[in-house]
Amino acid sequence: MRWLALTGAAALMLACSPVFAALNVFACLPEWAALANELGGNKVSVYQASNALQDPHRIEARPSLVARMRSADLAICTGAELEVGWLPVLLQTAGNQKVQPGKPGFIAAAELVEKLEVPTRLDRAEGDIHPAGNPHIQLDPHNIAKVAKVVTERLELLDNANASYYEARGQDFQSRWQQATARWEKDAAPLRGAKVVCQHKSATYLLHWLGMVEVMNVEPKPGVPPSAGHLAELVTRLKAEPADFITRSMYNDPKATQWLAERTGIPLVALPYTVGGTPEAKDLFGLFDDSIARLKKAKQ
Amino acid sequence: MLGKNILAAAVAAVSVASSYALAADEAEIQKLREEIDTLKEGYETRLRQLEQHLEKTDQGAARPATPIQSAPASANAFNPAISLILGGQLNNLQRDPETWQIGGFIPGGEEIGPGNRSFNLGESELTVSANIDPYFSGFFVMAVTPENDVEVEEGYVQNTGSVPGVTVKFGRFLSGFGYLNEIHAHAWDFVDLPLVHQAFFGGQLKEEGLQARWLAPTPVFLELGLETGRGANFPGSERNKNGVNSGLFFAHVGDDVGVSNSYRFGASYRVTRAQDRPYDDLDSVGNPVTNAFTGDSKMWGVDFVWKWAPNGNTVDRNFKVQAEYLHRDEDGSLTFDADGSATGPLTDSYKSKQSGWYVQGAYQFLPRWRAGLRYEELDSGIPDFGAALSASDFPRLAPNDPKRTTAMLDFSPSEFSRFRLQFARDEARFDEADNQVFLQYIMSLGAHGAHKF
Repeated sequence: MRWLALTGAAALMLACSPVFAALNVFACLPEWAALANELGGNKVSVYQASNALQDPHRIEARPSLVARMRSADLAICTGAELEVGWLPVLLQTAGNQKVQPGKPGFIAAAELVEKLEVPTRLDRAEGDIHPAGNPHIQLDPHNIAKVAKVVTERLELLDNANASYYEARGQDFQSRWQQATARWEKDAAPLRGAKVVCQHKSATYLLHWLGMVEVMNVEPKPGVPPSAGHLAELVTRLKAEPADFITRSMYNDPKATQWLAERTGIPLVALPYTVGGTPEAKDLFGLFDDSIARLKKAKQ
Repeated sequence: MLGKNILAAAVAAVSVASSYALAADEAEIQKLREEIDTLKEGYETRLRQLEQHLEKTDQGAARPATPIQSAPASANAFNPAISLILGGQLNNLQRDPETWQIGGFIPGGEEIGPGNRSFNLGESELTVSANIDPYFSGFFVMAVTPENDVEVEEGYVQNTGSVPGVTVKFGRFLSGFGYLNEIHAHAWDFVDLPLVHQAFFGGQLKEEGLQARWLAPTPVFLELGLETGRGANFPGSERNKNGVNSGLFFAHVGDDVGVSNSYRFGASYRVTRAQDRPYDDLDSVGNPVTNAFTGDSKMWGVDFVWKWAPNGNTVDRNFKVQAEYLHRDEDGSLTFDADGSATGPLTDSYKSKQSGWYVQGAYQFLPRWRAGLRYEELDSGIPDFGAALSASDFPRLAPNDPKRTTAMLDFSPSEFSRFRLQFARDEARFDEADNQVFLQYIMSLGAHGAHKF
């Protein structure tokens, strides 16, 4: 009985510890945490559930995440089944009605943008495909702008007392973002038409935005690790029809792409993929600055 | 529109400029040409910008800022998520599985043990789940046994968050006692359950009743749970009474340690009561008899799970260690030869204090490949029989300390398929070791639910 009393006392103490920020934001992925910080400033307290070195498909539904989801006022996730292996557990066990899908406290970013690669054939024989389309939407700045607009709307709705603060911050972000987007598009013009080999289909939106061409993937099917035979076949194909870059995301094991780059002499670019993937990608602006800089450096 | 106007203006400017140039001298012509070129360039740049701007505006206008997901075309879109687990194994058992028992423990039913020799179809599990309305979600697991029986493994309704932090479940569900009991078989790290679960629950403990959990609004995971129900499953029994026949209290604490580690610690206490709970044994001269226990069955346990993955990225390498300790006190009366087929029936008091534990680890050393090790021990204690009963009439309850050591290697071609090879040295019987080899497959079709921690 003593341990019960102790647990109870500890629970009470923790429950009474105050949280000062007006709004608790649970961000499934680093890009949404960065966006929430840009738009919410000091009126929000943002919890980032995963980092750039973690494969977003394969996060564990850890107790710490359930605990944070419990107190969230707003959850921002990608959706499109990217977090299907862990987010449902958090939503079903956290006891929080505010952040259930369909409520104003839940944003599935992928629902707000036009998705690429919506499969025409739904069959698991095609690998780990997402029925709603490619979910790695954050690498097109136009998508970020659209999501930002909705995040601002929701912040204003959920924390009405600070609506004007969010409105001003939102406008400021949108204008800085628009300028930056124009700058990136100008900077990346020489990359247009470049042929790229990607590890996973995680850079598709970046390539599509910059007019680059994804010629093949290191993974034979989405989510299926490459076999030695598949890699050898890629070498043959790349010798016949060379590409300009091989890319991987920071969370991917570098072995396969390194091997391929060594065999073919094609430059390998490790992309930050999201905020925090590289030291330079410390916020959303840095993410695009660094992604483009890395691609351009490899092009020279 | 704007683009066209500018184009027209540019053309006009160029033609005016060129007619003027006829009258001028060479130097002036050169200067003018340069000016015109600059002008042209300026207009062209602006034109391009305007065209881009227009294109974006069009795109913006075509899509609402907050698009609503396209409406489903038919009522079929409301169909629940359906998944099917196909499993089976090839068993190679040194000793006759008919003789398998956990020596020293009252057996908890027919579902325990290593199974048959040769090829075995496992239970095929069909799971159907969906939100019912804005308040409830439903979850149904049907198992078709290899004997072609259909069982409702689980069928429950859940509400989460109507009271902040509270999740309520009712129906039939896997009890929240400990850690492993709530994990579905296809997500286990070994082919079979630890001996302690087989001895104390007769497999996985299912409850028909009500469960409520409250999650504290704290950054550290702290969960308290209560569960009650009919308690008809072993170690309880059907009592044909109104009200409830079991009570469980559990608490869980969990958190991350750095970015690479996380843990959950739990404690559980459960009380239930058995009424004429029968089991088969042989009496002191070898006659088959059926004995029965009536009384209280109280159980407590502690559980612990620790997971590691470099930087929290589980894809390439990860490690998981888990351990549970369970203790059970049974206090009541035991009837020898309840149906009087030998020299009974004889009834007197019976008390037992029994315990068991396991510790296991599974290490994913390469993507798709995992190796695991498990060690477990049980302590039957010495049962306390009343004066009317003779210990020699209860050979299955003779003191024993069963042990088992298990090693496994599994390979998962994708996250929907897995093959596993398992070796076990099983010392559950009295004084006899059994070497067991299992080759298992687990396949998952359709919607694949998220896994618990």
